Amino acid sequence: MTPAVPGALAAAAPLAAVTPYTVQPALMETLQVLLLILVAAGATVVALTRVPVRQAVALSAYGLLLAVLFLAFQAPDVTLSELVVGAVALPVLLLLALARVRRREK
Amino acid sequence: MTPALRRGLFLVGIAGFLAFYLWGLTRLPGFGRYPGPYGFVINRIAVGETNATGVVSAVNFEYRGFDTVGEEFILFAAATGVATVLRHLRDEQEGGGSETVFGEPSSGTTDAVRLASLVFVGPVALFGWFLASHAQTSPSGGFQGGVVLATAFVLIYLAGQFLSFRRISPADLTDSVGSVGAAGFAAIGLTAVVLGFAYLYNFLPLGTVPGAVSSSGTIALISFFVGIEVAAAFILIVGELVEQTLLIRTAGRQS
Repeated sequence: MTPAVPGALAAAAPLAAVTPYTVQPALMETLQVLLLILVAAGATVVALTRVPVRQAVALSAYGLLLAVLFLAFQAPDVTLSELVVGAVALPVLLLLALARVRRREK
Repeated sequence: MTPALRRGLFLVGIAGFLAFYLWGLTRLPGFGRYPGPYGFVINRIAVGETNATGVVSAVNFEYRGFDTVGEEFILFAAATGVATVLRHLRDEQEGGGSETVFGEPSSGTTDAVRLASLVFVGPVALFGWFLASHAQTSPSGGFQGGVVLATAFVLIYLAGQFLSFRRISPADLTDSVGSVGAAGFAAIGLTAVVLGFAYLYNFLPLGTVPGAVSSSGTIALISFFVGIEVAAAFILIVGELVEQTLLIRTAGRQS
């Protein structure tokens, strides 16, 4: 494929040179499969946890697992988003909402 | 509707869904195979065109910046909506007092949590700021940085300093900062239009070194505005929820 901008390839080439693919592909795939299984197990645990507060904490752990999965699939940007939103922000909001509902019930 | 009929309907539905799902799976490209040309084109031209080595940010804030404006305003509208609803509820409680709540004394935070929270406030705030200001160089960006920044404020609350939390993030100020963030993004796009370019065109100088913090023109600036908008939106929602919980606790203690 010919690059749309000739200069662009020259600018991008050194970047590729400093980040060689050092991990064995087979090893990486094993890791990915392992993480996929872990994520599936984690999702099941979250779905089966019936106590809301515990579920929020389980959700946080599940978010952490998902973040590691995204990292293994070479998506560091999505990893960061998942980490801050899935593992921190969403559980915090859920816990706060639960605290508020609990106060009202009493 | 009888249970038997309901189960029959469910089985028909799930069978249809499964058939379509399996049919769809057979047409998927192989694992890890990316079919389209778009990604390859972007990978080749993005660094040269924008001087941003964080290509994901270049895509988010430049190539499909218009989409991101939409996402930004979805978050802004959601935060405003939550704040509006919660404030409305609070006024009812403060005014009527009909809802008597027997709050228990605050369960209290252990010293370990307080200490850990205080220790992490500084590093977390710094990290959030780093993420929001380095979208153009590495995997990061305003969204992630904004939430991390807001987490620093939540840590202050966790350290048991709700008054400090409110003093450094009063609702009005947080509202304003969020608005400035959301409006700033849109304004950058409009500035490009005023200068005679397309909406969100990267009209600032791109710098000379790809990956330098000062390079990439509007990408860094948009990331900054997104960062403060997201941080403000999150602080706003958490603050309202926390305030409600505390308010009800206090009301219970007085009665």
